[in-house]
Amino acid sequence: MKARRQVRRLTNVAALCLSLAATLVGLACLGAIVWTLVARGVSGMSLQIFTQMTPAPGSSGGLLNAIYGSVVMTLLGIFIGAPLGILAGTYLAEYGRDTRLANLVRFVNDVLLSAPSIIIGLFVYEVLVVPMHHFSAIAGAVALAIIAIPVTVRTTEDMLRLVPQGMKDASTALGAYPWRTITSVIYPAARSGVVTGLLLAIARISGETAPLLFTALNNQFWSKNLNAPMANLPVIIFQFALSPYKDWQHLAWAGALLITLTILTLSILARFIIAVLPGGTAQR
Amino acid sequence: MNAQRVAASEVAHDATQVLPPKFDVRQLNFYYGNTRALIDINLKLADHSITAFIGPSGCGKSTLLRVFNRMYALYRGHRATGDVRLDGQSILAPDVDVAALRYRVGMVFQKPTPFPLTIFENVAFGLRLAQRNSRAQLAERVEMALHDAAMWEEVKDKLRHDARSLSGGQQQRLCIARTIAVQPEVILLDEPTAALDPISTLRIEELLQSLRERYCVVIVTHNLQQAARVSNVTGFMYMGELVEIGPTGQIFTAPKHRRTDDYVTGRFG
Repeated sequence: MKARRQVRRLTNVAALCLSLAATLVGLACLGAIVWTLVARGVSGMSLQIFTQMTPAPGSSGGLLNAIYGSVVMTLLGIFIGAPLGILAGTYLAEYGRDTRLANLVRFVNDVLLSAPSIIIGLFVYEVLVVPMHHFSAIAGAVALAIIAIPVTVRTTEDMLRLVPQGMKDASTALGAYPWRTITSVIYPAARSGVVTGLLLAIARISGETAPLLFTALNNQFWSKNLNAPMANLPVIIFQFALSPYKDWQHLAWAGALLITLTILTLSILARFIIAVLPGGTAQR
Repeated sequence: MNAQRVAASEVAHDATQVLPPKFDVRQLNFYYGNTRALIDINLKLADHSITAFIGPSGCGKSTLLRVFNRMYALYRGHRATGDVRLDGQSILAPDVDVAALRYRVGMVFQKPTPFPLTIFENVAFGLRLAQRNSRAQLAERVEMALHDAAMWEEVKDKLRHDARSLSGGQQQRLCIARTIAVQPEVILLDEPTAALDPISTLRIEELLQSLRERYCVVIVTHNLQQAARVSNVTGFMYMGELVEIGPTGQIFTAPKHRRTDDYVTGRFG
């Protein structure tokens, strides 16, 4: 009896040590990445990055055109993807529920959620870039939208399902049709969750490289034309980091740090919204 | 149960014999899939009175309540057969406009369900659904409903606050205000005080008394004393059947059925 208890105690200690070790390995990797990024990136950080265009090798410059391109394509991508994602998520949570169609849509959405982004880039290349005969910011935005949609569908459905059934019933009992219940009761109740989902979707697509490589390509110059190739941070980082030029490599590090900080800020903002803003899904 | 209260409920019950009933239920059966939850229910509900349904858990009293505003239609596989008439018109027919029906037959649930809107918007919710009101009309009707729910004084200075900042008892009275704002004809209450403390419960019961004059009120409750305190007519349900319905005084003091007697005297349930 005593021996068995001893064994159990040892097993417990061993499990604790293993899981602790695994956590430490993960955290150490993350810490190393962030440390390298900050150490190398900070030196490249300057006001110049936000005011000057990407330079030719050997001359000094910034990342302005790439930052602009990333912001434009990310916003355009979320602008296309968010309504589709939110409406589809609404269908799954409120109309479809457990019907066969809804389950099928849910399954396809999960597949899309884990599809490699390079395949989405290739897909948009085939359906947009090839017929248009040139790379364009629009194609880039569409590729980003396709990545944002499944994320938004999933978070929207999850957040709407958290709204208590009693609240939905109460609205119905007052004579509201489903769509009115959704817009007047369920959306306000789930607002912070849905917005958080959108922020996470933005964070997700703002760092995507592969889909842009096949669609928006890149541009060394300032371009506002949505129908032409557009510079963007991920592809610039990819290109500059692999180049033999020291100043390009510095810019790549700075750009990488910039994206990381943006995503970090968005994630913190998302947590903040969940915790603080009213209209949260947490009920009293 | 004092003599005066018994007398009052006798009078109210007598009125049911004279006036046409608000709800007339005949041979109502209800099914959850293949399970029969209500068995051959026949009853009439009088206007301007409070009818309470009592019985052990799972006896079908909430199910019966959800037939009156067809809330059950929200769920697949739930169906009712038989005839249920509101003012002589069938409400079970497939072509009935359920939104219009629910506008006439309001419902208050066990857990307070304030919408994530301001106090004002909560009460205005049903009003906005039904018709176009001018700003002034809306404000007037919201104030009236809050007065009727006896909470105007408490909330008049915080109409723009989130309704979820109210206490549980206040939230429930707000839900009642929201229901009576549209001036329904029938108010259904599904264990409205089960989640509340005794003081809040008392306030809701007082509120119900004041509503009796104008509405047909139907309340489902687990609390026998509550049924005895607030209702004119009480129905006892058991295993999906309506065992007995009659004046509240009679049900609690001289029930006709053995089972009712056992239940109200606490021998089971």
